[in-house]
Amino acid sequence: MKLKGTQILFKALEEEKVDIIFGYPGGAVLDIYDQLYKSDMKHILVRHEQGAVHAADGYARATGKVGVCLVTSGPGATNTVTGIATANMDSIPLVVFTGQVPTGLIGNDAFQECDITGITRPCTKHNFLVRSIDDLAPTIKEAFNIARSGRPGPVLVDLPKNVMVAETEYNPANIKIRNYEVAYKPAPKKMANVFEMLNSAKRPLIMTGGGVILGKASALLTQLARKYQIPVTGTLMGLGSFPGTDPLWLGMLGMHGTYYANMAISHCDLLLAVGVRFDDRVTGTIETFAANAKIVHIDIDPSSINKNVVVDLPIIGDTKATLSDLIKFLAEHNYAQNPAQRQEWLGQIAEWKEKVPLTYCQNGKEIKPQNVIETLYKLTKGDAIITTEVGQNQMWTAQFFPFDHPNTFISSGGLGTMGFGLPAAIGVKCAFPDKQVVDIAGDGSIQMNIQELATAAQYKINVKIVLLNNGYLGMVRQWQELFYEKRYSHTDMTYAPDFVKLAEAYGVVGLRATKPEEVETVLRQGLSLDRPVLMDFRVSREECVYPMVHPGDSISNMSLGSREMIN
Amino acid sequence: MEKKEHIISILVHNKPDVLARIAGILGGKGYNIESLCVNATTQYEISKIVMTTLGSQETVTRIENQLQRLVDVITVDDLTNVESIHRELILVRLNLTADKKEQIKKAVDTNKWKVIVSADAYIILEITGDQSQIDFALAHLAPLGIADITRTGIIALNLEN
Ligand SMILES: Cc1ncc(C[n+]2csc(CCOP(=O)(O)OP(=O)(O)O)c2C)c(N)n1
Ligand SMILES: [Mg+2]
Repeated sequence: MKLKGTQILFKALEEEKVDIIFGYPGGAVLDIYDQLYKSDMKHILVRHEQGAVHAADGYARATGKVGVCLVTSGPGATNTVTGIATANMDSIPLVVFTGQVPTGLIGNDAFQECDITGITRPCTKHNFLVRSIDDLAPTIKEAFNIARSGRPGPVLVDLPKNVMVAETEYNPANIKIRNYEVAYKPAPKKMANVFEMLNSAKRPLIMTGGGVILGKASALLTQLARKYQIPVTGTLMGLGSFPGTDPLWLGMLGMHGTYYANMAISHCDLLLAVGVRFDDRVTGTIETFAANAKIVHIDIDPSSINKNVVVDLPIIGDTKATLSDLIKFLAEHNYAQNPAQRQEWLGQIAEWKEKVPLTYCQNGKEIKPQNVIETLYKLTKGDAIITTEVGQNQMWTAQFFPFDHPNTFISSGGLGTMGFGLPAAIGVKCAFPDKQVVDIAGDGSIQMNIQELATAAQYKINVKIVLLNNGYLGMVRQWQELFYEKRYSHTDMTYAPDFVKLAEAYGVVGLRATKPEEVETVLRQGLSLDRPVLMDFRVSREECVYPMVHPGDSISNMSLGSREMIN
Repeated sequence: MEKKEHIISILVHNKPDVLARIAGILGGKGYNIESLCVNATTQYEISKIVMTTLGSQETVTRIENQLQRLVDVITVDDLTNVESIHRELILVRLNLTADKKEQIKKAVDTNKWKVIVSADAYIILEITGDQSQIDFALAHLAPLGIADITRTGIIALNLEN
């Protein structure tokens, strides 16, 4: 049967089991939107194309499925770039469809033409310009396959207007595509190596990262750590891959990592790094990172190995397959830790935990942002999916909200994109309408995609925004305080809208707390409403995130701030 | 670490933008391409790219890994560490000016250079060889007055699979 390009597109999306698209129409995609009008596909009309990509990204991070966007050519396409780069840095599977001018006009500077495949080449896993109708169905199939296979990532498919109205035979059973799935089974010899290294280690430590979540290996990692009593620390992207309430959990490591995680990294003699890429925010100075340890690095991407940190045993493999092999090997060869040695190591860690716990100082007069997060945790009992913006709000969330499950902490790690949290929360809530979905936001970041409040209101996507409003671009201000003698150059954000009124103008409930005793009441009320809610917490303005490893310093060298330790 | 020239041979799917992707990976990450040759193999859909880059073994391994990540890249081989032969080709135009004419004819004879165009006012030579042979030829051509020259990048083939 002959079908039009627009019909093939939706049939192909059905084949890929796509149940929702985030998009924004325009001239080059009029025909596609006309077909959408006739189809059953669910479509969320965002208010900015960046929001569409972040929403699809949030959906993908929470579900592990491929997120899908549809936008027009030219400015619609360029507006997606920040979102695509965000997904690319964190290896999130997306397929972004962009409209394009008719093939005959490409290269002519036609109205709303732009070379979006050229622009996004360095920030996509791959991209395609579909030049003929016969390429359409195979390209879509390939795009989804590439997005989700191996180390996942965003794929862009550029759809010229004339291709989408041309006709061809459509027969999904006959579409053949190249296979990108590489053999991600590591060599058995490597398991024996890890076994030996574990056997001779007195102070082993696991470092878990985003690759464990993407590889759906959290349960195996947890099993491994618990069975052999190996303590675990994680990167920002790894939060949730090991239960945050488990006694073996040390919290996040790195620039704003816990004292005890960073001390453990510096003192361990074996580091099992799984699904991480040793970002500079994690390692501090490379020379002193895990300086006393042999490092085993398990990752699916050969280009991550020996990129930043030179390791002793690289294992290129899918995190799930590798951990499963490792667990099996250790059991078959009767690996058992030396109980006295392990007790000593865990005891040392407990001492560090006691010496410098994660804490902050309450003065009874001001709302402390950390307290808002702790109260949110208490009220939700941790049963929520949390997105964040970028800055102090993001770091405090990572520190003060323990995540017990994978895919429940959703944050832009690699690119650090302000404006990510709200649209991402919308995408998450679309996937899990019955879950409490909360964006922990900053007053600067929230204004970068504030227009998405309209999307939430229109579709009754009942996300909650916990705004930690310090009237500053707080994280930048913190650096100015610490490294630029308090010259607060352009970080004061006191000129801001009344967020409660703004929320109401969008049809979203607005609540405010200005005193510490109001925090719980406002949170209770906000969380209980069956509406999108923005809660404006006026928090202590110059609170800093501690511990902090100064840039270029070794991670065992942390500044803890002037706070008293409350215990 | 010691920097040296590496010859990298890449098999790719022959897609319109595959070269842009490869150049982008290298340029975007700050690696320089010293020379480059591209052509289809016996199969039209598959091309071979031979490029040279300067770097330590560590850097080159990193480049190989980055290239391997590209969807259209099939294989990446560093021919520097295996037995392989290397060739370059130059085309040179020498103007037969009154004062140089005799000197040029003599040099062409002694060096057994291949003349592919011979006109009244100029000749064009085609010279192939490995890098040192080409450099040697260039040293002898320079005093004759090179009017114009084109030099291919290195192509290379490993002796065994
Ligand atoms: C799009 C974008 N622009 C600039 C930055 C640099 N930046 C990082 S954190 C930050 C401040 C964020 O302020 P706010 O959202 O109020 O969060 P806070 O740190 O105060 O919690 C800025 C400007 C960024 N990460 N992203
Ligand atoms: Mg702020």
